[in-house]
Amino acid sequence: MEAINKQFRHVYWNPYFGGLMLGLLITATFYVTGRGIGATGGTKATVVSAVNAVAPTYAKNQDFYSKYVDEDKNPMNNWLVFETLGIIIGAFLSGSIKGRVGFRTQHAPNITSKTRLIFALAGGLFFGVGSQLARGCTSGAALSGSTVLSLAGFITMIGIFGTAYLFAYFFRKLWI
Amino acid sequence: MGPLTFNGIISTEWNYVIALLIGLAFGYILEASGFSSSRKLIGVFYGYDFVVVRVFITAVSVSMVSLLYLDYLGLLDFSQLYVLPTYVNAQVVGSVIMGIGFLMGGFCPGTSLTALAIGKIDGIIFTLGIWLGIFGFSEIYPFIEDFYVSGYMGNVTIMDQFGVDPYIFAFGFAVFAVVAFTAASFIRKRVKEVQY
Repeated sequence: MEAINKQFRHVYWNPYFGGLMLGLLITATFYVTGRGIGATGGTKATVVSAVNAVAPTYAKNQDFYSKYVDEDKNPMNNWLVFETLGIIIGAFLSGSIKGRVGFRTQHAPNITSKTRLIFALAGGLFFGVGSQLARGCTSGAALSGSTVLSLAGFITMIGIFGTAYLFAYFFRKLWI
Repeated sequence: MGPLTFNGIISTEWNYVIALLIGLAFGYILEASGFSSSRKLIGVFYGYDFVVVRVFITAVSVSMVSLLYLDYLGLLDFSQLYVLPTYVNAQVVGSVIMGIGFLMGGFCPGTSLTALAIGKIDGIIFTLGIWLGIFGFSEIYPFIEDFYVSGYMGNVTIMDQFGVDPYIFAFGFAVFAVVAFTAASFIRKRVKEVQY
């Protein structure tokens, strides 16, 4: 454990510098594309294309999938898929430079890796469902949405962070 | 005048290259700021690490103000930017679900991708969870379609809804940012340090 702690030293950017860079990136994204940044859309495209590959007739007729399936267009041929690939490459570059790359499970000392992974799966499930209802996640709705002053962006931002603050007490054993 | 791809200044053939580059910068910034660590992110809800507040609110302020400036200087048409449609019922419920998901999983979708990229198994499992969540949602969609589209208000902004001046709102948000940063430092000093 000591060795791991030394190996993955937490040397991060100053958060205000990080925020400035992120803000400028969002501005540049809107300036070039007219839209913001997303993080769930790429994953959704893989869900749609998997279903489309296994059951194409079903995907074409079911109400939700049919919105994203086009006769002659591959669902993976999507702006957000390329952006998602970029996120993974970019994070890998940053992690590599600072020596943070390696397989491990990060969790609080008083829970086991297994507990951590079960709750990670549950958290992902909730985000998957919630992001579809809200039409975006923390990146696409809360961050990019509120930047252009959209009402939906602020509803999502306040909803996510407000709920998490309200219920944080009940989940404290997982983290501290 | 921007947005560039809308107005034909950059041809659409560049779309995927641009997407990859934007994603690359996004992933790099998130990882370098420490967003690949769930225990660092979740600190915002227990008062031991406020990196989320500092990065997120700085980003929104910088971007909001700079977009309004670009519009003011005539370099960008703010009204052409994509405004997320409001479906108030579905969005309130969806964001409450995401808030609980954040507390359980310690990530949100973008940050879990950066964790996955550097080999965090919890990040990989969280991303798998998102995949299953979207799949599950799509499968039950026919039964909840009515709720999904309820509370539709159109692509409304804060200006449309409350009649507030965007410049005053952006200024107010910047003031809120400073207050939030000060409060964060104040709380951080009073909360027991957590090692991670």
